[in-house]
Amino acid sequence: MYNFEFNRPTDLSAAVDALRGDGAQALGGGQTLIPVLKQRLAAPTTLVDLTGIESLKGIRRMGDMLVIGGGTTHGAVAASGDVAAAIPGLVELASKIGDPQVRNRGTIGGSLANNDPAACYPAAALALGATIETNQRKIEADDFFQGLYATSLEEGEVITAVHFPIPTASTYQKFEQPASRFSLTSIFLAKMSDGSVRVGVTGAGADGVFRHEGLEQALGSNFSASAVDGVSVAAEGMSNDLHGTPEYRANLVKVMTKRAVEALS
Amino acid sequence: MAKDNVMGSSSKRREDVRFLKGRGRYTDDMNRPGQTYAYILRSWSAHATLNSVDTAAASEAEGVIRVFTGKDIEEAGLGGVPCGWEITDKNGDPMKEPAHPILATGKVRHVGDPIAVVVAETYQQARDAAEMIDIDMTDLPAVVDMRTAETLGTGVHDEAPDNLCYDWELGDAAATDAAFASAAHVTTLEFINNRLVANPMEPRCAIGDYDQDADHYTLYTTSQNPHVIRLLMGAFVLSIPEHKLRVYAPDVGGGFGTKIFHYAEEAFVTWASAQIKRPVKWTSDRSEAFISDAHGRDHVTKAELALDAEGKFLALRADTRANMGAYLSTFAPCVPTWLHGTLLAGQYATPAVHCRVRAMFTNTVPVDAYRGAGRPEATYLLERIINKAAQELGMDQAELRRKNFIRSFPYDTPVALQYDTGDYDATLDAVLKMADYDGFAARKAESASRGKLRGIGLSCYIEACGIAPSSLVGALGARAGLYEAATIRVNPTGSVTVMTGSHSHGQGHETTFAQVVSDALGIPEDQIEIVHGDTDKIPFGMGTYGSRSLAVGGSAIVKAVDKVVAKGKKIAAHLLEAAESDIVFEDGQYKVAGTDKAKAFAEVSLAAYVPHNYPIEEIEPGLEETAFYDPKNFTYPAGSYLCEVEVDPQTGKVEIVALSASDDFGNVVNPMIVEGQVHGGLAQGLGQAMLENAAYDEHGQLVAGSYMDYAMPLAVDLPSFNVETAEGTPCTHNPLGVKGCGEAGAIGSPPALVNAVVNALQDHGIDHIDMPLSPLRVWTAIQNASVKQAAE
Repeated sequence: MYNFEFNRPTDLSAAVDALRGDGAQALGGGQTLIPVLKQRLAAPTTLVDLTGIESLKGIRRMGDMLVIGGGTTHGAVAASGDVAAAIPGLVELASKIGDPQVRNRGTIGGSLANNDPAACYPAAALALGATIETNQRKIEADDFFQGLYATSLEEGEVITAVHFPIPTASTYQKFEQPASRFSLTSIFLAKMSDGSVRVGVTGAGADGVFRHEGLEQALGSNFSASAVDGVSVAAEGMSNDLHGTPEYRANLVKVMTKRAVEALS
Repeated sequence: MAKDNVMGSSSKRREDVRFLKGRGRYTDDMNRPGQTYAYILRSWSAHATLNSVDTAAASEAEGVIRVFTGKDIEEAGLGGVPCGWEITDKNGDPMKEPAHPILATGKVRHVGDPIAVVVAETYQQARDAAEMIDIDMTDLPAVVDMRTAETLGTGVHDEAPDNLCYDWELGDAAATDAAFASAAHVTTLEFINNRLVANPMEPRCAIGDYDQDADHYTLYTTSQNPHVIRLLMGAFVLSIPEHKLRVYAPDVGGGFGTKIFHYAEEAFVTWASAQIKRPVKWTSDRSEAFISDAHGRDHVTKAELALDAEGKFLALRADTRANMGAYLSTFAPCVPTWLHGTLLAGQYATPAVHCRVRAMFTNTVPVDAYRGAGRPEATYLLERIINKAAQELGMDQAELRRKNFIRSFPYDTPVALQYDTGDYDATLDAVLKMADYDGFAARKAESASRGKLRGIGLSCYIEACGIAPSSLVGALGARAGLYEAATIRVNPTGSVTVMTGSHSHGQGHETTFAQVVSDALGIPEDQIEIVHGDTDKIPFGMGTYGSRSLAVGGSAIVKAVDKVVAKGKKIAAHLLEAAESDIVFEDGQYKVAGTDKAKAFAEVSLAAYVPHNYPIEEIEPGLEETAFYDPKNFTYPAGSYLCEVEVDPQTGKVEIVALSASDDFGNVVNPMIVEGQVHGGLAQGLGQAMLENAAYDEHGQLVAGSYMDYAMPLAVDLPSFNVETAEGTPCTHNPLGVKGCGEAGAIGSPPALVNAVVNALQDHGIDHIDMPLSPLRVWTAIQNASVKQAAE
């Protein structure tokens, strides 16, 4: 780790001010950033710790929306009765991130802003058609994710809340990478109130999280495992590493989608 | 005396009181007055010419005391890191033994090879300054794949342009060839035994502390054998005589073999401390451990088994390439040879065995002993090829083994060992019952109804532990003896301090050894202190590895206890006014046989230190005895493991449904500790079989260089183990009748798991998958088999 200034504001405007400085970097739960700093792979001059800002934390239901503060931990989401009642798939997802220590530190805002291609939350945000609210604007999930570790967030922009439309049914089917236990290929499946089906895929794509339109259309007209069989999932565009070839990941997209359908049937 | 404190009872581990409270005292917990910190700049290239190392800017950086390079080491005339075992090849020539410099000069030979060290007031300052070192290197082609290393045209070392360290053989080649010529069936198996990173919980650490007033050196280090480090480093690297060098290994948080070896960092901090006249501390971080701790396994093997028409084994042939990495680590040359080739008889009366081993230099981290060391590789070879033979012949895997068991002891194998005792039917029968082998078909059908493929895999292992008779290993190339030493100091009021040359780094010696002494002397365990790890306190020691501590170190303790009792009898005879020959020692009392006259152990001890009424003409005061024990033979623990898995054919994911283990460890001192050792071994063995893989790319970069890609077994990956220790056949040649249990789980379990998975997939026409059986590998094997079957 290199030396840096540490700033822990208690309100959002102070945090935003601090983030305007040269070399300033927001720190959420630190579950990615701290290991990166320890390996000296990043050298921010100032870390702006967002965990002291109470207004970023909390879960509330607002009509047909579930709103989760950007600073809410995975542990809080996993334990929330409101989330379980509204979007059980999010409880499944949050409860399978890392271990208890990670879940008690890591935040939903941090996960979305980092957009690790193997992170879990981006799949849910895409599949549920979430709206990501920042201190400046609201961004649709479909516009938010811009490839590996890239988002449409601008300098000094902080995720304040994530608005999830409440689906009629949802599930997260995670297939873990054997070492990191991140997603090797995982599926967030949501049946929306308008009858549409949305499929978010994380861990598989060479460009990060994506929705699979072929699967969405097939399941939208026939919500059954056999409908998945008829869909072609291409290996092209899938990532390749020690733990999964593109062909293997393409296979997992179908297998895990089928399991998601079965879980909701 | 409470009977629960003796041999055969599960005393709770006394050391766990401090460990569980976070109060273990590890090397990194120690800090010496005036201590400085070393940061090691390591090569990021696998193979390169080192053109220049410019330390000018780093030397001027804040807090920097000195920057050292290979040139400094060379100019000081220090020796290289020594190798402790010389292998003689099949032509009678010694192995190639290139220099292993403390800091690289001329060339770097693996990612992680140390180039320069910054010593500074703080760790951060040392690390900051290291970034200012300017290194000019020219990359060379990397030697990574052992199969092409001989013909690549690039040598890791000039001394071995074909990268061959030695080409060794064991066994009767002609007899083996003849048996193959007459065989009714020959099974062939080619496989890779995957490279592993040991990953002890505590990374390595070393503090060198030179006392200029006394001209005396102390090395605090994370070692499994401090006396061996003192010998190797003092005699071969730094030329420091033993009386001027103390090596102290306090609590050590796991070793698994990788903390046996003498490392360059130990020599560096010890030497550098004298250069700067201040203590120097180096602590590895986890990333550094991946590229600087010796790795394990890494064999590429072709095995062939010849059988007659009834399924009797006629001969076994093994041809292995074993990776040495870039340099020869302390015991590396003996691991694939004398600890591997000699185990290829297994539990079977195979009349002819021939083994060839080519040890290869590559541009990778050195490879050396890792839990089991050679014996897991031998067991994997044998137990996999037997299952493949059973599969080809349509025979039951248990019956094929039973047909070939050794049943007469002592048994001379065709590969240089003599098994003293064993009962292989007993452990096989036990495990088949424990695992309900007969009920497998019903469980398989039930799994199939859920779309899962169930498999069951057997492994019957043997290992050679308690290393070793010094005269034997000397003849085989060891550059040291492999006895053990112990001192029993009986204190005046009757408590006992035991100094042992064995070193505990998780094994629970403080408990087990106290039980042994408590049992022998008839005094309570809390009157016994076990001291280990410090060359200034312990008479001598060869340390802990190869499941040798109880069999060799424990035997030394028993021998020293015997001497104490013998002297005590002389004292008691005097006090009781009886003939020495009439004194018997039992239940902590010296008694005159056939009378009620007795003196307690503590009364005799006190008399030895307050010799007012004492046979001073015959014996000296005091009661302290030292013994060295050199074993007559190896010990031969053996057992049978049965693994049951469910494979998800859609994802390739393997779930270990059950693992049953029946082990014959001879006599058992503490059943709970033994069971814990087996559990730990199983976790490591199953980790190798299913998860762990120290994968390198073609450029010599360690792809699995962190826990993001190197898969360690978690509790969630493992079933609740079903472990039983058999009544057992006590070792015939050591005083405790013990054999050793530390490595069994890691030796027996990998083939059991692979056999189970292959058994599950045999209907797909699959007869082998290389470890680790990751979901990707299993799924890919199923896909390839489907394509092949469709083509047929």
